[in-house]
Amino acid sequence: MANPVSVSDVLIIGGGLMGASAALFLRQRGRSVTLLESDLVGRQASGTNFGNVRRQGRPLHQLPLANRALAIWRRANELLSADVEYLQSGHIRVCYRERPENIAKMEEYAAEARHVGLDLELLTGNALRDRFPFFGPDVLAGSYSAMDGHANPRLTAPAFARAAQRAGAQVFENTRIIHAAKQGTDFVVTAEDGRTFQAPVLLITAGAWGNKLSQQFGEPVPITPRGPNMSVTEPVPYAIAPAVGVMTPVEEETVYFRQVARGNIILGGSTRGPSYPDQYRAYVLPQNTMKQLKQIRRLAPALANLNIIRVWSGIEGYLPDSLPVMGPSATTSGLFYAFGFSGSGFQIGPGVGETMAELIDTGTTSIDLSHYDIARFQKVES
Amino acid sequence: MADREINPRVVVVGAGPAGVRAAQTLLAAGIRPVVIDEAARAGGQIYRRQPANFRRNHQALYGTEAARAQAVHDGFDAIASAVDYRPDTLVWNIADGQVWTASEKGYATVAYDALILCTGATDRLMPVNGWHYAGTYSLGAAQVALKAQACAIGANVLFMGSGPLLYLVASQYVKAGAKVAAVLDTSPFSNRLRAAVDLIAQPAILADGVALTRALAKAGVPVLTGVTPLEITGDTDGGVNGARVRLADGTERHFAADAVALGYHLRPETQLADLARCDFAFDAKTRQWLPRRDPDGRASVAGVYLAGDGARILGARSAEVSGRLAALAALADLGRPVDPLTLTHLRRQVASYARFARGLATAFPWPHEQAANLPDEAIVCRCEAVTAGDLRRVVNETGAKEANRAKAFSRVGMGRCQGRYCGHAGAEVIAACANIPVEQVGRLRGQAPVKPLPVAIAPEGEE
Amino acid sequence: MTQGRFVRLAEQGRAPLTLYVDGQPVTAMEGDTLMVAMLATGRVLRTSEFGDGKRAGFCLMAACQDCWVWTEDGGRLRACSTPASAGLRISTNQPGASWPTAK
Ligand SMILES: Cc1cc2nc3c(=O)[nH]c(=O)nc-3n(C[C@H](O)[C@H](O)[C@H](O)COP(=O)(O)OP(=O)(O)OC[C@H]3O[C@@H](n4cnc5c(N)ncnc54)[C@H](O)[C@@H]3O)c2cc1C
Ligand SMILES: Cc1cc2nc3c(=O)[nH]c(=O)nc-3n(C[C@H](O)[C@H](O)[C@H](O)COP(=O)(O)OP(=O)(O)OC[C@H]3O[C@@H](n4cnc5c(N)ncnc54)[C@H](O)[C@@H]3O)c2cc1C
Ligand code: FES
Repeated sequence: MANPVSVSDVLIIGGGLMGASAALFLRQRGRSVTLLESDLVGRQASGTNFGNVRRQGRPLHQLPLANRALAIWRRANELLSADVEYLQSGHIRVCYRERPENIAKMEEYAAEARHVGLDLELLTGNALRDRFPFFGPDVLAGSYSAMDGHANPRLTAPAFARAAQRAGAQVFENTRIIHAAKQGTDFVVTAEDGRTFQAPVLLITAGAWGNKLSQQFGEPVPITPRGPNMSVTEPVPYAIAPAVGVMTPVEEETVYFRQVARGNIILGGSTRGPSYPDQYRAYVLPQNTMKQLKQIRRLAPALANLNIIRVWSGIEGYLPDSLPVMGPSATTSGLFYAFGFSGSGFQIGPGVGETMAELIDTGTTSIDLSHYDIARFQKVES
Repeated sequence: MADREINPRVVVVGAGPAGVRAAQTLLAAGIRPVVIDEAARAGGQIYRRQPANFRRNHQALYGTEAARAQAVHDGFDAIASAVDYRPDTLVWNIADGQVWTASEKGYATVAYDALILCTGATDRLMPVNGWHYAGTYSLGAAQVALKAQACAIGANVLFMGSGPLLYLVASQYVKAGAKVAAVLDTSPFSNRLRAAVDLIAQPAILADGVALTRALAKAGVPVLTGVTPLEITGDTDGGVNGARVRLADGTERHFAADAVALGYHLRPETQLADLARCDFAFDAKTRQWLPRRDPDGRASVAGVYLAGDGARILGARSAEVSGRLAALAALADLGRPVDPLTLTHLRRQVASYARFARGLATAFPWPHEQAANLPDEAIVCRCEAVTAGDLRRVVNETGAKEANRAKAFSRVGMGRCQGRYCGHAGAEVIAACANIPVEQVGRLRGQAPVKPLPVAIAPEGEE
Repeated sequence: MTQGRFVRLAEQGRAPLTLYVDGQPVTAMEGDTLMVAMLATGRVLRTSEFGDGKRAGFCLMAACQDCWVWTEDGGRLRACSTPASAGLRISTNQPGASWPTAK
């Protein structure tokens, strides 16, 4: 066998936000790291997402991880020596009149979240409308999180990878890994063009493609690739501080928007389209864009005056319970996973990277990963 | 299915010379196409019609092309009620065998068995420092102002850039009584001599072009070749007050003007072909990516045909021919009889126009080297006000050398024009900065909607 | 008032119409685009969002999108492709946004 291109302490497959941030935090812990990315760093889900840096609405058990991430977001520009356009400008989640039962759910969530470090303020009636006069008449109540916000996904993961590189990590782009196996004490992974890379620890952060690698270790997971719809308006004077989203059980109604400091308003959500990981493509279905605009008009009628100038989507992998796979392998020592973030991995991304680095470096972490165990799928199947 | 064989649905996008001839050809074969055009009146770009209450005649509007314009207009007027004509309607996306339209009435879909894209062209631009000042217009804009609105873009207009349109529009301005400060062509005159072997393919068009230069000289308009634009002068409030250039002999000179018409020939409107997922290939002669197509206009995607300047910049006369050819190709693919002799004849004509266009590209080359010399403070992307320096910084600091990657980091091409006016120049800036061939930079991927779409849009017939 | 940017060369016999730009009456002619109506008497259409000054359109063929103006009631119009109509009320800046000011 040809000599490996690199031999390091840790190999990471997948240069999204998870892989890139893990690389940086592993370097900070003194581990030598090789990051392998089949495309360019941070161009898949991590580069195409909506950019919500939102803790509220996550399962309560995920809040410690989200809080850990928040602490990193707050110092991201300094940590990365790059502006990732993080704005801690608040996040408001609203419900519609036709589902008043959601108020009780919001109250209950707020009461419990407070114990896990997430402060939420419930707003209804005039209090809501005075502060956020852009909401439509269907909006009944809102749950406001002052410490949430948004950031620029196009810049974030690449900035983590560059910081990791400056800290000594090796980053290989255009390097698609097609085979991964443990040979003796080390993992040897092989790229499409035959190059190999070697390390005693392997971290798989391959997003919607995670199963392609985990199954090589006897741990297949049922991942469904989807493509959420995004649109963006022309720039208008900056006037909407918080990121805004709808709490509803109906996928079509699930829309959200945020205004970037330059003025453009980014619209997201409603019925998701398919995506094609094998082709590295996610197409926006025009009918979904039309559904999204209709729902946006309902949420914030004032936006109806604007135009959208571009739409896009990205490839995200969803697991049946909408929770990621995160933690050690159940079959192979030295192997770790962090993939399948099911449409909500951007905010927690840096926290995932730091947690995985801690786990790999120390063998343990204070973050409860029990909900994300890969073995949960094996149990269901057998 | 059977019904589709008898009555195939054919959609023609664009009612310029290419679209009009395609529609006529389809109708003659017994197929009633849907003709969708964004403009209020058919005619397309060169034969653009003025509003109904304007009085100038065809001769005044179209000069040497009056008879052709008349023929295209009359040709379309004669079939307008026989085809399913949808003016004032934008095609903004294509997916799953349907075009998506938008108009005052709302959005709608039209399914097709064959789709003929005749989307025409827009100006090709190379930035120059100061081109964001109010009063700088594209060369095409200068012509539209005159043709469609009987206006000049300023009281003293400087024409700068290259290509046949530079001379044409300047002389149209002179003829209409506008003041032309000068015509500054970046191409050295010697190029025209080198191009003669190909230009001779269309002697009549060549003669028209020579006559234009003569008319300008006669009117006392300074016409200079081999010029290098240095900056458009003016300020952010008052706008343009002139341009500073380096002349062929190396001296610098300032020309006073209150408007600049800037353009370097044309680029095809290929967004719809892109959204239809057609393959593109790099054309080394003109340094741009063009949708692949066979000599009759078949794109790489079955059922999609490309004609006119939207596929290749071959001019209006060629657009009429390629529109017919594309319709015949569609007819043949739909199982209709098509006369092979007609095909041969039309293909030969297109080939001759293509040779002439090659000559034009030699005579009036895209001045890509200007991109390397743009000062850092020059805006490359007018929509987002991103400078050459911003873009270079992204290339140098992040290593982004691919067009879409550099767009993601710098915003060049991310604005509301969808990269129409900065795409080519942005790629040249990246290529020069990274010291790689421009084809390696690739091309900006097309994204819907091809033009801004109101958030308010609802299905046609719904409030 | 300063001279307009565009110069009318012909077709001057059309019926006049009046519209309003930033509250001021502007006389134009039937058949004018909104852009010509505004630039035959004025110098600019809008201000760039990014601090690089005033803009007066660029392509005149609905391609560059550099000519969008506001109506007084918050609507958006592309000036080069919208016919001028009597009584239209245009604002060269976004009229009082009905949402809170960001901090
Ligand atoms: C359109 C959209 C909107 C979203 N909005 C939000 C939001 O607002 N807020 C939020 O919190 N989350 C959001 N998400 C989810 C979030 O973007 C993702 O959960 C997160 O970015 C996942 O990061 P990742 O690193 O796991 O995946 P990715 O960013 O997809 O990275 C995985 C990387 O692995 C690489 N890879 C895969 N296989 C291989 C291989 N064999 N060899 C080498 N490399 C490989 C891929 O090329 C890819 O770059 C959204 C997602 C999408 C698609
Ligand atoms: C401003 C300008 C001026 C020109 N002047 C001259 C000239 O004077 N002499 C000369 O020889 N050549 C001129 N040209 C070149 C000229 O455009 C072509 O040679 C000729 O018009 C090409 O014909 P066509 O049918 O391919 O496209 P066009 O005539 O451009 O027609 C394209 C049509 O498609 C429509 N369209 C485009 N996209 C869409 C969409 N998404 N949805 C709906 N409709 C759409 C447009 O509205 C337009 O009506 C000019 C080009 C430009 C841009
Ligand atoms: S001036 Fe370009 S779109 Fe109106």
